[in-house]
Amino acid sequence: MSKKNLSLSTQQKVRKSLSSRYKKETLFQYFGLSSLSVGIIFLVIFFYSVLSQGFSAFTQTYISLKVDFSDNLVVKNNKIDSIDSNFDAIIRSALRERFPEVNNRRDRRELYKLISIGAVYQLIDHLDMSPGDVGSREILSFPTSSDVDMYVKGNIDRKLDESKRTISNNQMMWIDELVEKGEIKMKFNSALFSNGDSREPELAGIYSALKGSFLMLFITLIVSFPVGIAAAIYLEEFAPKNKISDLIEVNINNLAAVPSIVFGLLGLAVFINWFGIPRSSPLVGGLVLSLLTLPVIIISSRAAITAIPPSIKEAALGVGASHMQVVAHHILPLAFPGMLTGAIIGMSRALGESAPLLMIGMVAFIVDIPSVITDPSSALPVQIYLWADSPERAFAERTSAAIIILLGFLLTMNLLAIYLRKKFERKW
Amino acid sequence: MKLETLFLFLIALSIISYYIAMRRAIMSVDSQQSISKLHSMPTYHGYYAVICSFVPPMIIIFLWLVFEQRVISTLLISNFSNIKVLSQGEINLFLTNVQNTLYSNLFSQDGTRFQSEIQQATIILKSYQSISRIILSVFAIAVSIIGIITVHRKINQNYRARNKFENAVSKLLMTSSLVAIFTTIGIVLSVLFESFRFFNEVSFWDFIFGTEWSPQTALRDDQVGSSGSFGILPLFVGTILITIIAMLVAGPIGLMTAIYLGQYASPRFRNIAKPLLEVLAGIPTVVYGFFAALTLAPFLRTWGESVGLNVASESALAAGMVMGIMIIPLISSLSDDAINAVPIAMSEGALGLGSTESEVIKKVVLPAALPGIVGGFLLAISRAIGETMIVVMAAGLSANLTVNPLEAVTTVTVQIVTLLVGDQEFDSAKTLAAFALGLVLFIVTLGLNVFGLYIVRKYREQYE
Repeated sequence: MSKKNLSLSTQQKVRKSLSSRYKKETLFQYFGLSSLSVGIIFLVIFFYSVLSQGFSAFTQTYISLKVDFSDNLVVKNNKIDSIDSNFDAIIRSALRERFPEVNNRRDRRELYKLISIGAVYQLIDHLDMSPGDVGSREILSFPTSSDVDMYVKGNIDRKLDESKRTISNNQMMWIDELVEKGEIKMKFNSALFSNGDSREPELAGIYSALKGSFLMLFITLIVSFPVGIAAAIYLEEFAPKNKISDLIEVNINNLAAVPSIVFGLLGLAVFINWFGIPRSSPLVGGLVLSLLTLPVIIISSRAAITAIPPSIKEAALGVGASHMQVVAHHILPLAFPGMLTGAIIGMSRALGESAPLLMIGMVAFIVDIPSVITDPSSALPVQIYLWADSPERAFAERTSAAIIILLGFLLTMNLLAIYLRKKFERKW
Repeated sequence: MKLETLFLFLIALSIISYYIAMRRAIMSVDSQQSISKLHSMPTYHGYYAVICSFVPPMIIIFLWLVFEQRVISTLLISNFSNIKVLSQGEINLFLTNVQNTLYSNLFSQDGTRFQSEIQQATIILKSYQSISRIILSVFAIAVSIIGIITVHRKINQNYRARNKFENAVSKLLMTSSLVAIFTTIGIVLSVLFESFRFFNEVSFWDFIFGTEWSPQTALRDDQVGSSGSFGILPLFVGTILITIIAMLVAGPIGLMTAIYLGQYASPRFRNIAKPLLEVLAGIPTVVYGFFAALTLAPFLRTWGESVGLNVASESALAAGMVMGIMIIPLISSLSDDAINAVPIAMSEGALGLGSTESEVIKKVVLPAALPGIVGGFLLAISRAIGETMIVVMAAGLSANLTVNPLEAVTTVTVQIVTLLVGDQEFDSAKTLAAFALGLVLFIVTLGLNVFGLYIVRKYREQYE
């Protein structure tokens, strides 16, 4: 401390330091505000990037083509024989007819690539629906291949060198012509919601993953909700104060913090290898997720029970109800909304969980839609993981779309929980 | 009988038993006497009958399903004298083939050994399974009916059905709470058991202190570098590096956010900002991983190129930063708890002496709340170590022993996933290594949690 400072009185010293202290105060405050904004700015960037990337996946480009059903079809017993009929040839001839100037072999091959290989199945479906079309000419619209889709949506830079593009100069010319004449149109991408996974981006959908997720959530709900409530009631109302009760309590708190991947290891070793439940099935996934959400449900249910004033319980006991009657007639009904809220939040967490599902084989490439709980299936977050790994630009778009859908579900569930909490909230 | 049908049948039985028991209870009082002469109300007799007819068969079904697979496999193998003598691994392979054939008709690989045995075994397995289900159905239904009859016989005017029923329910409640314990035991046993098998093949000390991780085991014995090395150190360094980056992001930001929201923000602002921050905690980790891998990592790479740094496309930095963002809400809410636990008198005293608010926070509140904050940080670290999806998607696969955040590193969780995803034999060292890693992960996170919770609790008591 300098000599000059010593000669000042305390009041003077304080006054002198005041401006720098105030400066520090504002600085500190700005520091706090900027920390807070980091989180919020991240949210904004995150939602912007996901929405802007994913939104275009909800539409898909379609080409209208005049198809000739008089050729290439084999009809047996009044039914179209799907093995002997050459559906590919129908589409190819339609394309050739649209662009008669293309007669070079190589160019034609490029031309055929405009249309998705899924168009064949669409043709089969169409003929199944309206068999009367055989022999006539119809204008149908087919999904384009994902490269065309990306080009029309403006995701492929036309100034790039041809070798660096996934689309050739010829193809660009044809597409531009089709767009100009209105023969390429954007439509709602219903395949995204009705198909299973596929190697072709334009055919890939989330339906099988979504259904797998819901089957799993269903199992999780029917397993962990009753067990969780029962455990919470026991711990709050009946558990004697002894070592075992303490152990259970510590256990539940620790289970809530065990990494989810460890639950996956448990599922693999116990449910699959010991119980012999089929791998990749919603059953095993649901069981693993139940164990994962159980601590969440127990903790929130206990909080709901402790929020009930003891006077209610004592009044019921006072008029002669047994302890179990108090629980069944008063505590459970009063705490139920709180328990339900906790369960919904637990479910929403289970819906977003993917690490333990990787352990139990849910990463398999699954095209079929699961119909029962032992069918192999995927889950929505796992589907996101798988698509995120695919290099095609079109899959990145679909990944974002799947994320939007997942976030939509999570948002709905959380809003429901908030609504329930607000509606049934009671001040005692 | 299918399991579903069996369940429906048992449910139907228990509903019937409810009405029978109730009727019996009502009939047990003389017609002149009123029903109030019964010790328990008729419904309680009914409820108790439901428990007696439904719970015992359910226990039997559960135990049956637990052991069915093992017993059937053993019986199946005993039919084939040439399979019986094989090693455990080959027997398992055989069983998997049989099951694949039975369930999905997937089996068509040529060159697999024991083709004819597999075909035979499939048929035997099918018959065993149906026999097993028939025995189970008969057994379960018999037990259910015995339960109904026993209760039915006992019902009379003085039968204490309510007490019995309540007793049974409280036992059921207790069993539910034991599920948590069983889960922990299940985790510990499954991970420990497989880890012991792993340590039979790989020495424990090589695992803990080895500096090389390349879990590729050889297909043939004479292959070069066939043994595979299982040194966990590079994974550990990678995990710690990413955790440190995450904590460097989340620690200060989370703490300052808590301080700002708690001390400075107006209530209106807080009501908007706090739920927004909570959204961060609700975003699934796979979505964070997607963001880290496809948005942040390319951005960091181009940024690095522009300033002349070589950033790996799967850098530790991208994964760590996004993980840090993810744990901001956790740190912020735990710090908020710790700060709120400091008695208001302490900060008011300091304010009364003329300190500015930031001085109160820095010199009074934070030192007093420090243990709680540290405890919260420990919980956050444990969360970061166990986090899987972000690192699986954004961090690398190859084990580099480096502390450079711009390079690709791998973590314990990433390796567990890569070892277990895809086709696998259950007892190769490679698969077992995943369980050994799981054990390490479990112990470390458990230790951090117990310690963190202990600090948080102990400190909270000080002011209460």
